[in-house]
Amino acid sequence: MNRVAIVGVGCSRLGSTSRDVSYREMIFEAAVKCYEDAGGIHPQDIDAFVASSEDFMEGISIADEYVPDQLGAVLKPVQSITGDSLQGLASAMMHIQTGQMDLVVASSFSKASNVQHYENVVSYACDPVTVRPLGENPYFIAGLEMQRYLYETGTSEAHCAQVVAENKYNALFNPLAVYGAKTDIEQVLASPQLFSPLKYQDIAHHADGAVVVLLASERKARELAKKPVWIKGIGWATDTPNLDSRQDGWGDAVYARLAARQAYKMAGITSPRHEICFAEIDDTFSYKQLQHLEALNICARGEAGKLLCQGEFSRQGGFPVNMSGGSLGVGYLHEANGLYKLAEVVWQLRGEAGRRQLDGVKTGLAFAWRGIPTATGVAVILSNLE
Amino acid sequence: MSNRQYIQGGIGLSEDDIQQGKVFFAEDSLNCRYAWDMGVAIERYLRELKNGRIIAKSCNECRRIMVPPRMFCELCFRPSDDWVFVQDTGVVNTFSICYVNWDASRIKPGETPHLPAVIEIDGASKGMGIMHRLGEVDPKDIKIGMRVKAVWKPAEERTGAITDIKYFKPYQEV
Repeated sequence: MNRVAIVGVGCSRLGSTSRDVSYREMIFEAAVKCYEDAGGIHPQDIDAFVASSEDFMEGISIADEYVPDQLGAVLKPVQSITGDSLQGLASAMMHIQTGQMDLVVASSFSKASNVQHYENVVSYACDPVTVRPLGENPYFIAGLEMQRYLYETGTSEAHCAQVVAENKYNALFNPLAVYGAKTDIEQVLASPQLFSPLKYQDIAHHADGAVVVLLASERKARELAKKPVWIKGIGWATDTPNLDSRQDGWGDAVYARLAARQAYKMAGITSPRHEICFAEIDDTFSYKQLQHLEALNICARGEAGKLLCQGEFSRQGGFPVNMSGGSLGVGYLHEANGLYKLAEVVWQLRGEAGRRQLDGVKTGLAFAWRGIPTATGVAVILSNLE
Repeated sequence: MSNRQYIQGGIGLSEDDIQQGKVFFAEDSLNCRYAWDMGVAIERYLRELKNGRIIAKSCNECRRIMVPPRMFCELCFRPSDDWVFVQDTGVVNTFSICYVNWDASRIKPGETPHLPAVIEIDGASKGMGIMHRLGEVDPKDIKIGMRVKAVWKPAEERTGAITDIKYFKPYQEV
């Protein structure tokens, strides 16, 4: 199989708002940083571009047509993936694996602050006949998931609260993160009940920002990059959309289990906890990080909360998770969530993660979930080893 | 696959079933609002429209004068350079005579058709300009290459929108 490397990463400033720039100007910043990071290449030299977006988030139909200018992709092959940006990454990677292309961009952005009725957008993702007539705020889906996950695994609300405290603390070391804070289990548990057992602090707040990543064939990577980071494995899966019959999918993140299996197989990983050094894992809601850790086979079911409280997933632990601060600390970046997590893994593997740098890391995992009401996840294994 | 059976047996609806309300209805109205950040370039563009003038931005590499203005040149992929005012006159690049309204209804007999047109603005680079509409013109007199000029709303009615220009009308240079 043709090997593919990440040779450039660019991230715009992130913020709870971004009133000073349009989405075009914001993406331009990320693209310029990405192309500079890849040694100052001009987008004329890039073969194709893959963007990830959802029309309803932007308020523009066929939003993919608005992609080219800010990436330097005018009159170039461009396509959009409606999904998390790691699904877009998978597509970009396949472009290169055809052997026809050497350089392909994956990009995504969030103007979450511009979406005035996010709940309505999510609600419109629910089945109009079997779910939407109930008239519930769609976050109830997260409440249902959390309830079942805690019930099946014996994980406690305090374990989930510890996820919030750790990730927000980690975010204090990340200059890009928007929601860094010192907080503790008691404060999180005392935050308002919203969709019980889900509380206000269990939910990642939204942020604006853009991420652009440049992928290269092996030949081009050796030419361009001082420190290429190789994509060793990638996998993605989608569970049924039927909320009424997701079977194991309420307590367990089955989509994550399947995505990871595919990625591990491709990367030749049999013992992920030992063969992978660290991870950036979806934590859209606090319980999701624990549920995902278990589904990704980093630990057994019901173990994640306990291991977390023993410090296993902290900077000093055996398997550091979300050193960036995760979505809880960095901010929830809509479809750009996955690419941001990937960018973090790349920075760590290059030794460029600043105050949050981990020592001697060789292989990392990025995992993104597409958010409620979806059951779609993407796992990517990256390594700085040949 | 062991069982290659297609699904059938659903009941098709008649017009009467719907008219008589015999069928399940789920009525819903989409309430999605957006507060788009205009950004540096478009914000200035709209401000100047409110002032009754059209502003562009130049790229000193490809030498284009770009309308509407943008903070980066999408072809050279570099920040754009100077703010430049351009004329409110130009040339029709292309047009259409539209007998159908926005909501797909047909215009009433005697009503003027909609006249959308792309106007290449004087002072901007070839092929660049404003997507707008034509007015004060008999549809059969419209020609590609025809010279036109903006008809502005009175200053007190302008809001900083492309509709601050009412339309472009035929224009003879003196």
